[in-house]
Amino acid sequence: MTDAPEAPALKRTPLFDLHRKLGAKMVPFAGYQMPLQYEGILAEHNHCRREAVLFDVSHMGMALLQGDDVATALETLVVGDIRGLAAGRLRYTLLTNDEGGIVDDLMVINGGYYVVLVVNAARKEVDFALIRDRIGDRIDFEVWTDRALLALQGPAAASVLARLAPPSRHMLFMTMETLTIGEMKCGVTRSGYTGEDGFEIVVDDGHAVELANMILDEPEVMPAGLGARDTLRLEAGLCLYGQDLDETTTPVEAGLAWTIGQRRREEGGFPGDEIILRQMAEGPKRKRVGINLQGKVPARAGAAITDRWGKALGRVTSGTFGPTVGAPIAMGYVSADHADNNALVSVTVRERPLPGRVVPMPFVPHRYAT
Amino acid sequence: MATTRYTREHEWIRIDGDTATVGITDFAQEQLGDVVFVELPEIGRQVSKGDEAAVVESVKAASEVYAPASGEVTAVNEALADEPALVNSAPNGDGWFFKMRLANPAELDDLMDAAAYKDHVDSLD
Repeated sequence: MTDAPEAPALKRTPLFDLHRKLGAKMVPFAGYQMPLQYEGILAEHNHCRREAVLFDVSHMGMALLQGDDVATALETLVVGDIRGLAAGRLRYTLLTNDEGGIVDDLMVINGGYYVVLVVNAARKEVDFALIRDRIGDRIDFEVWTDRALLALQGPAAASVLARLAPPSRHMLFMTMETLTIGEMKCGVTRSGYTGEDGFEIVVDDGHAVELANMILDEPEVMPAGLGARDTLRLEAGLCLYGQDLDETTTPVEAGLAWTIGQRRREEGGFPGDEIILRQMAEGPKRKRVGINLQGKVPARAGAAITDRWGKALGRVTSGTFGPTVGAPIAMGYVSADHADNNALVSVTVRERPLPGRVVPMPFVPHRYAT
Repeated sequence: MATTRYTREHEWIRIDGDTATVGITDFAQEQLGDVVFVELPEIGRQVSKGDEAAVVESVKAASEVYAPASGEVTAVNEALADEPALVNSAPNGDGWFFKMRLANPAELDDLMDAAAYKDHVDSLD
């Protein structure tokens, strides 16, 4: 633990004092001091699968886009069908570069007369600079710096929020509403990053603590930190930018070609379109896969994946012990000829090859609201 | 009577004559978080002081456990295979890692007693 005087001061979310009061272990993450855990990663993970947890994800980047041209302009930067995104709906999409690599993965929310983007904390500067540079003259663009984002996740999330905001019970998965919770006006989406049903709630900084306390006061809810968020999303087969996705990885390699809408496949018009569409037709050289490991030793990001005879196939990009699975799980990239389900692979941990098998993801079935 | 000494890397070693039991401290398990797997040394292995003797995997990451002294591993805690969380719940007791026969008890003079270890931990916060 050495001093690093040159490091910039870590930022705090509006809930920083609350995290401390709740006994969180705080860690630096993407330039912020964030809660890693409160009671413990396993307890928080299991509580999210059984009841409901509340995450502070205010470190994520949010921006407001307005203007007649927003959808068309955005489509020059992302692979998804944004023009076809109805008001009150949101969509997961990808910013790409001219080489077909992924600049970031993000949510696009169509609020009707405005669009909100929610991007990764570690990528917000890059994303927002890119948007300003490429389409800033076509849209009104405002980065939100005075709002908090909370994620209420778990099978009890719907009944909890229905108590605080009754109209939320009618929301479908991947829709957005403006709701009043207590006296607070909140932007609410039915979405999340755990594989469970849940909501993500935007509120202004000044009301963040009040909203968080109101939700945490509900008997089903406990606070959860980044540790549980990571194990939950990995079991759900969801990517973490910077680990499972980066600027040298294409949507096709990442198994995210489903985010490219039919019209976009026909028309192109997004950065790297030729490379990405050709890869869709011809098949990528490597693919993101899930791996179940025999035994109990978790493989971590960076571990080599080989075939059973030691030939290099790729690397693990995320790996942990899956608390709900009850066994080590990993996500990584392998050459396409070993990407089929049930392909036998080995993952090298501490110089020993551990036997594993390619399996379909998610590792734990999604239980989104239907 | 057994005495317990501590390393800067947060192992404890409880010495009883020329044998000793090794584990990690409460501070260490707290830092690691939920332990999901412990890789223990082979019985009969000769370790030198400072050697990597075991690995403890929490949900977050893997961490090495170093031999606090030189000697031969004489027993390992088989209970950790089925219940690695003992490291969290009873780091100073049922969550022990391995036992060893000490090759050179004089090495233990370099280690900290409980009061010195407490000062060490306090200095880390």
